Amino acid sequence: MAKFKTKRDKSLKPISTASLPDVVFMLLFFFMISVSFRQVERVVTVRLPEATEIAKLDRKDLASHINIGSPIPAFQAQYGTDSRIQLNDTFSTIDDIRDFIAASRESMSEADRPLMTVNLKVDENVRMGIVTDVKQELRRCSALKIMYSTRKKTEHSGF
Amino acid sequence: MAKPVPEINAGSMADIAFLLLIFFLVTTSMDVDKGIQRRLPPMPDESQQVEAEQINKRNIMVVLINSNDRLFAGGHEMHITMLKDKVKEFLTNPANLPNLPEKRERDIEGFGPVMVSRAVVSLQNDRGTSYNAYIQVQNELVKAFNEVRDEFAMLHFGKKYNFLEEDQQRIVREAVPMNLSEREPREVKTRRRR
Repeated sequence: MAKFKTKRDKSLKPISTASLPDVVFMLLFFFMISVSFRQVERVVTVRLPEATEIAKLDRKDLASHINIGSPIPAFQAQYGTDSRIQLNDTFSTIDDIRDFIAASRESMSEADRPLMTVNLKVDENVRMGIVTDVKQELRRCSALKIMYSTRKKTEHSGF
Repeated sequence: MAKPVPEINAGSMADIAFLLLIFFLVTTSMDVDKGIQRRLPPMPDESQQVEAEQINKRNIMVVLINSNDRLFAGGHEMHITMLKDKVKEFLTNPANLPNLPEKRERDIEGFGPVMVSRAVVSLQNDRGTSYNAYIQVQNELVKAFNEVRDEFAMLHFGKKYNFLEEDQQRIVREAVPMNLSEREPREVKTRRRR
């Protein structure tokens, strides 16, 4: 047995696994690069409310996002803590929504335009006044498909 | 002859890299956008005379959230946990009570005549209502509609609404229409009627 073993050991070298880490690192880098981080920088803090009856946004590329919330601490000296609207990555007013919607319509293909969804990411402490203003403006721009962005409800919560 | 430098065992390197890989895969949140999807009513034409659709009083249920996030439904103040059952009762009117919505027979293509409720839920809020309260109420209302749809689907097709075929879903949608209207916002005065 021993004789047989030594013979084998001499004839067959172990397979070098030295390149395996390289392969795995390549995978790792691929994932790290392909994961898309948030494209726009948030200038308002948004803590989404919780809900149970939620649906996933089916076409992510057809969504335009409107964030509403209190400015992040870095901007509070300039803009205060009152709720503000963020379009793209700047503070905006109600009047800017029309151009924003027009611009995002423009970037879509003709066939996709009716499917455009406006994703409202609104902080849970925002008052409804500003939200209804935005909704009215969206109605005026006939961007009628909207989604109230929420988190999945965890146990023990209510209002 | 010098002794050859022993090869460093790199076998565990792969394990470390895998560990890193899995760590990144787990921790990166893909940031899936999810939420309550709704459709806004189109803006009425200004030139066009707005004709308010007359809705029988028994067919409408006003759900109101005031600026202190207090909820009133059908004229009574109530807690959010009671809202869903109240709305479900309103939508189905199981005992055909005269003060709950009337039902009208409607012929649905591919299914046959069904008694369709003419109920309309009207959601109203104040400018001072918090968004969280609004979403919670919106959520309860959608849940009530979904449950009524599920019950209808269970009764007639033996499956929940989400598991039905496209055509069956259309039938259920027509049999249980989602009449959730959002009133033009207005200032809700804290006025007492009595």
